[in-house]
Amino acid sequence: MIQGQAGTSIGEPNAVAMLFFFAFISITLGITWWAARRTRTTEQFYAAGRTVSAGQNGFALAGDYMSAASFLGIAGLVSTTGFDGLIYSTGWLVGWPVVLFLIAEPLRNLGRYTFSDVVAIRLRQTPVRLAAALGTLATVTLYLIAQMVGAGGLIRLMFGLSYETAIVLVGMVMIGYVLFGGMIATTWVQIVKAFLLMSGALLLALLVLLRFGLNPAALFAEAARQYGAGVLVPGKLVSNPLDAISLGIALMFGTAGLPHILMRFYTVPDARAARASVFVATGLIGLFYLLTFVLGFGAMVLVGPDTIRAVDPGGNMAAPLLAELLGGTPFLGFIAAVAFATILAVVAGLTLSGAAALSHDLWVSVVRAGHADPREQLLVARVATLALGVVAVALGITFKGQNVAFMVSLAFAIAASANFPALILSIFWRGYTTAGAVTSMVLGTVLTLVLIYLSPTLQVDILHHDSAWFPLKNPALITVPLSFAAGIVVSLLAPEPAAAVGYDALERRMHLGGDH
Amino acid sequence: MRTLRELDAARWRVALGLTAVMVVLYFGFVLLVAYGREVLAVQVVPGLTLGILLGALVIVISWVLTWVYVRWAAAHYDPGVRALDRERTP
Repeated sequence: MIQGQAGTSIGEPNAVAMLFFFAFISITLGITWWAARRTRTTEQFYAAGRTVSAGQNGFALAGDYMSAASFLGIAGLVSTTGFDGLIYSTGWLVGWPVVLFLIAEPLRNLGRYTFSDVVAIRLRQTPVRLAAALGTLATVTLYLIAQMVGAGGLIRLMFGLSYETAIVLVGMVMIGYVLFGGMIATTWVQIVKAFLLMSGALLLALLVLLRFGLNPAALFAEAARQYGAGVLVPGKLVSNPLDAISLGIALMFGTAGLPHILMRFYTVPDARAARASVFVATGLIGLFYLLTFVLGFGAMVLVGPDTIRAVDPGGNMAAPLLAELLGGTPFLGFIAAVAFATILAVVAGLTLSGAAALSHDLWVSVVRAGHADPREQLLVARVATLALGVVAVALGITFKGQNVAFMVSLAFAIAASANFPALILSIFWRGYTTAGAVTSMVLGTVLTLVLIYLSPTLQVDILHHDSAWFPLKNPALITVPLSFAAGIVVSLLAPEPAAAVGYDALERRMHLGGDH
Repeated sequence: MRTLRELDAARWRVALGLTAVMVVLYFGFVLLVAYGREVLAVQVVPGLTLGILLGALVIVISWVLTWVYVRWAAAHYDPGVRALDRERTP
């Protein structure tokens, strides 16, 4: 066991952590009970009755997006590698302006519950819904595996629970939120989590900076004094610029294709509120990533990379160790509970968006051809939630001990290659056709999966082969342009007059809203 | 009175223009990380390298760009939408 090593109480039962943990669970389950009585229609279940304010949705978007990987992972990466970790801090933010400029408002005006509502609007329902569900479920599943495996490991490290117990616990609480409280409960879980995460990170950064006269440059200078000036400049991470650009494409355009993020735009009353909510979310997420600069270098200087790696070779415990050093066991407890809340909230958002793809896109739109009565729709949505929750737990246990960190960037690559091109072309281009959309989405999903299998990430790092057939760690540089090209070429080869006629109504509704 | 087509074109011009700025901003930073190690090592003040400063600026400028878009939309796009709305329901 790791307890006691390096003089930390991480992994031992921590009364304060338990207290915060149970407080968070009680408050969020209370919210779920309150939300459950307001969840009687599919519009309430998927879209919180479209009554979430722009500010609330801004916090909820931030809560949905900032995973434990960004909080613990980036702080750990900066604390052990210095500047190279900061490349991730910037990369995870740059997708948000793109979401605002290109996606948020058209999506809100054109769709109801899922992004495939928008792609399918003037095209033939069945093929488009099937292809879109493929992209959505691939993205959600990979994201869920990464979150669940990360959750099991983190909770084991922090609370000393067994991996399986941790996974089952996360699964049960998350199913409780989504099954009974739907989007209303999920939204408030995200808001509470975003608030806790921001205050935890702000407080931790403030405690670090107080030791350096509130001057970040003094902190960086101390890091350079202890570990050499190399920690303040680019190191080995970006040895291959094509790799860095490919990852950058996945992050920048994948954010605009993440189903659980896109779904949140349906919870606000109109397109203006959708727009304002991205502005709020970008500010919160940007501030958070700026804080990771301070947290990472703070952990490097005050805790030390060797101590951090001794507790967890991946560096994930940098922020909790820093909290223990600066605020003692109670602050460690608070940060541990925040990390747990972070995991729960992201998993809940993912499960809800996956359930919407299964029930709204596949069952209601394809199997029932749009003619399911409201009670049946809600029932199917809940059955899908339960099924996905059980699958998430099973996946978490199946992938125990596997290196799954790459799955998050893979999920971004699929979102960027399958969902984003289809969404952009369907709202931007009159000539887009059913065949073009289906080709683009299926090719984007399948090609991304195939190329990641042939990439060094899997062949060299995980399967331990000497070389890989495909040179890039992330395939987005190839798959995103190919998916766009396939959608355009197939549409040009076989025009679909009915789809072009439908574009006039789409254009009108994109700007003036759904009532026209 | 602007037509829907003009409003649509104006929004896409601004949206695509700002997206292009984001692409140049971020991929410019990535290329600088890959090829400009010496430039990024310059210390603006002791401890604060140009690399860290530019990384932070990418985040801040991204947010400022979302503010620019929100301001543009409130000043130019929303009035156009309202005018078309009134035209439709006299």
